[in-house]
Parts: sequence; structure tokens; C-alpha cells
Amino acid sequence: MTRRARRVAIAALVALGSSRPAFAQGSDRQPVVVASKPFGESYLLAEAFAQLLESRGIRVERRPGLGATEIAFGALRSNAIDVYPEYTGTGLVAILHETLDSAMHADPRRAFAHVTRRFSDEYGVRWLPPLGFQNGYAIAVRRADAARLGLHTLSDLARASPGFVAGFTSDFIGRPDGLAGLAKAYGLRFKSVRPLAPAVKYVALAESAVDVIDGYSTDGLLAKYELTTLIDDKAFFPPYEAAALVSPRLSNERPDAIAVLSLLSGRLDESAMRSYNRRVEVDGDAIPVVARDMLRSLGLVNDSAGTRRSITPGARTPNGFFAFMWNRRAETLSLTVRHLQLVMAALLAAVLIAVPLGLLLERVRRGAELVVGSLGVLQTIPSIALLAFMIPLLGVGVWPALVALWLYALYPIVRNTYTGVRSADPEAVEACEAMGATAMQRLLWVRMPLAAPIIVAGVRTAAVITVGAATLAAFIGAGGLGEPIVTGLALADSRLILSGALPAALLALVVDGVLSMVERAVRPAHLSANARNTT
Amino acid sequence: MALALDASGLFHAYGLVTALDGVSLQVPAGSVAALVGESGSGKTTLLRSFNRLVEPQRGTVRVGGIDVSSEKPESLRRRLGYVPQNGGLLPHWTIRRNVALVPTLSGMASPSSVADEALRLVGLDPGRFGRRLPRELSGGQRQRAALARAFAARQQAVLLDEPFGALDAISRGEAHEAFERVRSELGFTGLLVTHDLAEAARLADQVVVMRQGRVEQAGFVRDLQRAPATPYVAQLFERARAAHSALADQ
Repeated sequence: MTRRARRVAIAALVALGSSRPAFAQGSDRQPVVVASKPFGESYLLAEAFAQLLESRGIRVERRPGLGATEIAFGALRSNAIDVYPEYTGTGLVAILHETLDSAMHADPRRAFAHVTRRFSDEYGVRWLPPLGFQNGYAIAVRRADAARLGLHTLSDLARASPGFVAGFTSDFIGRPDGLAGLAKAYGLRFKSVRPLAPAVKYVALAESAVDVIDGYSTDGLLAKYELTTLIDDKAFFPPYEAAALVSPRLSNERPDAIAVLSLLSGRLDESAMRSYNRRVEVDGDAIPVVARDMLRSLGLVNDSAGTRRSITPGARTPNGFFAFMWNRRAETLSLTVRHLQLVMAALLAAVLIAVPLGLLLERVRRGAELVVGSLGVLQTIPSIALLAFMIPLLGVGVWPALVALWLYALYPIVRNTYTGVRSADPEAVEACEAMGATAMQRLLWVRMPLAAPIIVAGVRTAAVITVGAATLAAFIGAGGLGEPIVTGLALADSRLILSGALPAALLALVVDGVLSMVERAVRPAHLSANARNTT
Repeated sequence: MALALDASGLFHAYGLVTALDGVSLQVPAGSVAALVGESGSGKTTLLRSFNRLVEPQRGTVRVGGIDVSSEKPESLRRRLGYVPQNGGLLPHWTIRRNVALVPTLSGMASPSSVADEALRLVGLDPGRFGRRLPRELSGGQRQRAALARAFAARQQAVLLDEPFGALDAISRGEAHEAFERVRSELGFTGLLVTHDLAEAARLADQVVVMRQGRVEQAGFVRDLQRAPATPYVAQLFERARAAHSALADQ
């Protein structure tokens, strides 16, 4: 994004009265914003960062589960967040768009040094010294298949691949250091490749729906199912060393926070990390509890240090689904309220702009179809992409989510206003003109009343779309009912997913129902059901 | 005081299609002229030139001797009644409110009672029909309500664009009676577009035959019938007579 666009966005933020002051002038009073990407290990490490900072008296704001690499890194670059856990391999390939030379393959330290230097030059973003473990791609097959076919390495897999159905995450399918590169390096040719959500890939493999998946080497779920990971014998994958990635603001202005975060450097090894992940992903322990145990066993906090707020909403309990929902009722209510706030604010702003715009287009006519068409095209941008575009402009949190939701809500309202007013009983409108009514009188007496149900129908469509799209706002830290959905997807916890999805669906029905009543209420007299009919 | 309608040398084209090609017309105050001719002959364009729904590209239009372009369209229109083909009543307003539209726009005192009086004059009992919606009336009743709206504010000239063309014979007869009753009561000037020569003969003092944007012939029905100026006028009357006698022979 250009510097000018950034400046405009900052000005807009300040004008909107954002609680977060302009980025450049930080103070010690400002909390450190700790974020994560939406998968178990990232949540856990972020919570450990947060607790560690808090134990040293540094105020923290948590933004767990930000969309994906582009969203989390985009937010970090623009100082909208301050720190999140990242992996050198991801930084190299997904952010710098570079490939690894063979020297770096052999030596993770050289790779780390290279990535560090490039990030600092390019973005002013700083990698703290690595945490001590790698979490690379781990291509996994069922243990029984491995034994039967003698599979130990990825070269062995190449032999068996024509008979295998692969289930890979879409991230892996799309990345240059993922499927495309791997298939080329080893000559893999699968029978077919299916994109799978991270949450379901282990189950899919265990249940033989697919034969091979991409895992992460520290995944707790690798241990749960009877799986074998294959050795990368041609050293295709770059090293994925975990480290804290730090925003320009934090590294320039908060040496205290940097010093505290560096306490974790070199302290976590792969087997320890796998066992912590297992507690989160398999045993269903609450992330704050596991993070506290991690810090305690490293001697970084004493036993009395408590956690202030859970980074994920609740742990899995052995009770049934209804008990689970009941226990979460307060949380669900507050998420629903936040969700509704997002929807109402975006919708109200959309109505205030879209209805006058629709009326204006109807007056001008010239270019109206073009404007309506362009808004329609906007509608086709995937929500997650639109949210990602917002980050360089507006950072993360509520504002970019509101702007994105507002953009989505515009189209149905503008279109219905425009067509509704345009098609309102032309003869009645013309008669009114011929009687000497002014343009404003024709609008208020004839066009608007006749178009009202169509306009409200547009608002209704927009409202239902917005309720749905608002669940994605959780990817950029705006909260709402998407929060448990994102976390549940990351932790393969279907109850958590449902605890967000069910209220969201219910909310959509309620909003739709309320607006259908409004639609009936504004229906002009001659169209309402109770009009007497004597003809 | 009824207003004379006067047009001279009107020319108007929609893109490449010429609608008015040098038309002049005089309707003396208090009389009714009927514009007849086939679709596309320019009748409606001529009619709409008087209340400035159409602004002719050349020529002058006068109402009561005053050039219409010297007046604001809104105030001009409030002085001229208008009845479109399907009435053009606002579907979501009651009949009373519809008829009270121009009295309201003109700021007359108690527009509702003015509307009721107009309704009575066209034979619609305001107590029975005033609170109904247009769709709750028959086609003929709706057109009579539209007629009431056109003169409720005591307009001194009324423009009617095929107002009774879509009605059945009985409703049309009732509408004709209502029109004649109102005219004899109020004496406004009328300009009536119609396809129906019989209707023109019944309601109008003067018939103006239009063809391809020009006035083919204008005068009393009787004179046109007796001495058609062009073969087209002769054929028009011939056809109307044939249709009429076909009915008489049955």
C-alpha cells in the first residue's frame, strides 16, 4: 500500500475516534498487542508471550487467531499488532517469496540469519532469536500403509503415489514451498488431490478418506492417530524455526518488552512443544493453563502468577454438548452482542449511504448501471480477501471489519433502491408531475412509498449477508461469533465451532424475521393484505 | 374564466422521429377540441406541449394568451387539469386524497371538501368512495375519479389523453355523461385525445385530424364529414361509419 493511502487511512482512523492512537507515537502506557495465527501452536505460543509479558508488569492486549499469514504479517508491518509467533520457512517463502539455496538447507542458522536480515531491510520487522524448535511440514501416512508398502521417506512415497489420494490443506496446495515444489522435487503423482480444512485432515486420514496428508512436525494430533511421518530425504522443505516476530514500533520503542520476550529464546525443544500441543489439541486442556505450565516449567513465572483472561474461549469438558453450551452462555451472549453491534453499525452506515446513492443514481441515470455494476463486482471479492486488503489501510480490529462489512452491504441496498424507485408506477408518477407536484414531492409522496418494500427487501438481504460475513471478522480480530468458529476450526473442536455457528445462524433468522415485519409494515396501502377488495 | 389554448408552428422530434411537424391549433375559451388520428400522429405530443411535459423544439404555446415558457412548469400545471389514459391515480392513496392532490398543491382551504364536491359532480358518492383505494373501484369509476381530480381545483382548462379508451361501452357512456355534466357546470376549455370519432363527435365542438405530425384538417365534425380535405380524412370517416352500420345491421 502506498504511503499516501496509509496517511489517509490513519487520518480516517483518528477522525473516527479510534481508541488506538496514531501508530508512530507510542508510549509506555500503550499495551503490547500479542497476536496469533489460527492454529493450536500459534495460540499457545502467543498466550505464553502474553503471560510472560504480564508477569513482568507489561500491559497486554490479545488478538488471537488472525486470519492467515498475510493478515497477521500485514497487521504486524503496519504496527496494528506488536508480536506473533512465526516460522522462518514461512517468512522466507510466503512473505519474501524467495526460495532456499542448498547452503541454507543444510544450516538453519544461515537460513535464520538470511531471513532476519531481509525482514529488517524490507519491512523494519524484527525476528527475536529462535525459540528452539522447528515445526516444519510433516507428510504423514497411516502406519499400516507405511508398514505394508515399506514407506519411510518421501522418495518411497513417490513410488506409491499413483495409488494414493492426497488430502492437503489449501495453504499447502497453494504455496510454492508446498505441493507444487514437493511434487516436482520427488516426482509425486497422486491419484487425486483434495483440499481439506486443517481441522479435519487427521480424521480424514485415520478414517481412510484420504491416504496422505500434510501435517506439522509438532502437531499434537500426529501422536493421537496411528500415523507415520515420512523423512524429507532430499531436503526439500526449508527449516521452519519458530520465533517471535516483532513490529517496528515494538522493536524501536519497547526494549523492556523485547527483553522479556527474548527470555523464551532457545528454551523450547521439539518434543516439549509436541507434548504441549498434544495437551491443547488432543486432551482439550485450556490454552492459558497449558501456557502457564510451560512458563512455570521453564522457571519463567512463579506459581502464584495467574492469568487474567483466557485467550481461547474455554476448554473442552467431558460433558455433553448442551452442558458445554450452557457453560458458555455468558461468553456466547457477549459474543452475540458484539456480533450484533458489528452488523448493526455496518448496516446502518450502509443504509445512510446506499439509499441516497440509489436515489441519486435514479435522478442522474447516466452511469447508474456502471455504479451499481461496480458495487456488484465488489460483492464477488471473497470476504477474507477483502478483509486482508483492509489491513494495510486500517490495521486489525473493529474498524477494518466494519468497513468491509459496510462495503458488502452497499450493493443490495443501492440496487433495490435504484430499481425500486425507478420502477414505481410510472403513470402515477407522471400524473403527479402533470398535476404540478415538484420532484421532491413526487419522491416523497409516490416513489418512496411505492419503493419502500423493495428498499427494505434490499436491506434485509444485506443484513443476512452481513450476519454471515461478520463471522469472518474474527480473522482480523474484530471479535463476534466468528471467534469460537475460528478457534474451533484451528483446534478441530466441533463443539466450539457450533457454539459460534449456531447462534450466528439463529441471529440471521431473527434479523431476517424482524426485517420481514418491517417490510410488511412499510408496504403501501394498496398492496397490504388487509385492503378491502371490492372489484 | 375559461382559458383559450393556442399553439403555433410547433416542431418536435424524438431523435430521428418527427412527432410535430409545424402544427398550429386554436381552442377557443370554453370549447372542446378533439385530436384524432392514428398512433404516432403526434396527438399526445401536442397535448403534452400545453402543460410542458413536452417542450417543443420550435413554436409557441399559449394558455389564456400567455406564453407557457414564461411560467414555472409547476404553477402552470396546477392551473391545467390532466387525465391520462389509465387515470394515473396514486395507487396507495384514497380516492379523496387523490382528488384533493391539486387543491393541496395549490394551497386551497380544506382540500378534502373541495375533493368531495368534485366527486359528487362526477357521480361518485364521497361517503361511499372517498375512503376507498383506486383498486377497489371499477375501471369506469376510476376514470371518473381521475376526471374529478383534473378539475377539483377549478382548473380553467383540462387536457385529456384517451381518458375513456379502455372502458367498456356502458362505463364509457357513464363517463361521457359525467364529462358533459361537469362541463356544463364549470365551462372549462377541453383538449381531448381520442381514437374514437363517435366520442369526438359527442364530446367535442371541434375535431382536429392529425397525421404524421401535421394537422390534416380541423373543423366541425359535420363539415369534415361532408367535405373531407384529404383522402385520409375521408377514409377515417368511411371506416367509422362502416363500423357503426355493422352494429346497426345486427
